[in-house]
Amino acid sequence: MADFLQQVVAGLASGGVYALLALALVLIHRATGIINFAQGEMAMFSTYILWTLTVNHGWPYWPAFAFTLAASFVGGAGVYHVVIRPNSASSVLRVVIVTIGLLIFVNGLAQFIWTGEVRAVESPFPSGTVDIGGVVIAWSNVGTIAVSIGIVVLLWLFFQFTKVGLAMRAAAVNPAEARLVGVRVTHMLGLGWGLAAILGAVAGMLTAPSLFLDPTMMQATLIYAFAAAVLGGIDSPVGAVVGGLTLGVLLNVLSWLSQYGLFDWFTEELRLPTALLIILGVLLVKPSGIFGRTEVKRV
Amino acid sequence: MTTPLLALDDVHARYGPVQALHGVSLEVAEGEIVAVLGANGAGKTTTLRSVSGTVRRSGGEIRFDGTPLRGGPEAVAKARIAHVPEGRGTFTDLTVEENLRLGAYTRRDREVRADIDRMAEWFPWLAERSDQRAGTLSGGEQQMLALARALMGRPRLVMLDEPSLGLAPMIVREIFRIVRELNAAEGLTVLVVEQDARIALESAARAYVLEVGRVAVSGAAAELEADEAVRRSYLGY
Repeated sequence: MADFLQQVVAGLASGGVYALLALALVLIHRATGIINFAQGEMAMFSTYILWTLTVNHGWPYWPAFAFTLAASFVGGAGVYHVVIRPNSASSVLRVVIVTIGLLIFVNGLAQFIWTGEVRAVESPFPSGTVDIGGVVIAWSNVGTIAVSIGIVVLLWLFFQFTKVGLAMRAAAVNPAEARLVGVRVTHMLGLGWGLAAILGAVAGMLTAPSLFLDPTMMQATLIYAFAAAVLGGIDSPVGAVVGGLTLGVLLNVLSWLSQYGLFDWFTEELRLPTALLIILGVLLVKPSGIFGRTEVKRV
Repeated sequence: MTTPLLALDDVHARYGPVQALHGVSLEVAEGEIVAVLGANGAGKTTTLRSVSGTVRRSGGEIRFDGTPLRGGPEAVAKARIAHVPEGRGTFTDLTVEENLRLGAYTRRDREVRADIDRMAEWFPWLAERSDQRAGTLSGGEQQMLALARALMGRPRLVMLDEPSLGLAPMIVREIFRIVRELNAAEGLTVLVVEQDARIALESAARAYVLEVGRVAVSGAAAELEADEAVRRSYLGY
């Protein structure tokens, strides 16, 4: 049982990372109706900023973390204003293709700057474990879960209780109307891209110590984030969080069960295909996801 | 004569190749209720849109309080002109209170909370429904919420587009009664577009009748109502 709970907690930790990146996808999808395929690569790029600051410039971890968040915000907003906005008046397809181009561009840029060499990224959390009633949990998992939850709560408070947060929601649900009350919609969308980039950066930085950093680091995580977002409902922030945590726990529990002969065909290699099967399954059975509202189109 | 609060001078507007306004001139004085009437497609909605900057005008000038009105809807909102578009125009996904807070978006003062409470004096049901999503309100309630949201910006001019659209006559009367009271009590200036000429003329001091993008007739509401020829040919009752 303790063994099982350990797997669940480890699953919550990886699920927290999926949830953060899924939340970034949901944020942008709600605001602009597009999927940012470059979200994972942008997160990887952010993580390189952290690595450069801590390793090459000797910065302590948390100041480097904070600087990376600020840089990611500026980068995300910049990407929106320079690359996305000029294209957004045309078809959704065109913008989606632009984000795929962005994925390739950011990846190439990272290779160019930092080479494809695998780098170790330090963890901000102590390396040991903590024993809670017989359940042994790594501090890194505790830290990852805590930071994920903290970020989600902060984001919720921001959207619920601040004027800018409210204006961002208004701009997302009804841009024409938002302009009439004086909200500068393009500014809000830029802010949204900046916030999404911050979420991605946190996901990248939390996951880097265990995945190791190279230009492909976030590609699998992006697929898990897609699965989480689709599972929860691509327009539901709550869904993204629940979807991410569920997916993390599910994959770990499947691994755990396979040790005991149940689902013994389930190997590490099947984690990613499982995520894709979930995407496919949800889209076929309930395209709006668990928490998504079915869109009613008025005739 | 004092400067009118809003003055449109020979305003032209087009949607792509389609000319919607062929030179509309009208004035609204401070504290006045003015109606814009006319058939479907006469350019009533476009007239309001040209003021709020949601449609770009291809000619003419609009002056607000004596100075030329420029820029998009954000700038116009900042000049404290509130535009309640056709079909309610509330944020249906947001709560009643969030809608009201958004109405005060351009304000920088600290009296927003007090104004939200004040709105409940005009619309008593607002207070108990403050956490309800606007989309779950009835059509009449949404129209009133849209009006309340417009008032939250402490507007110098409120533009209402077809407030009667799709609503029961009793509710339409109630909305116009509130508009008249706001006008009388707080000196609210209102430019209202209506297809239902009868109800609009009851409340307005003056009216303009549009026909294919031009002002066909204008004058005091009472005179227009009394003129049978005008009523027959333009107002349809």
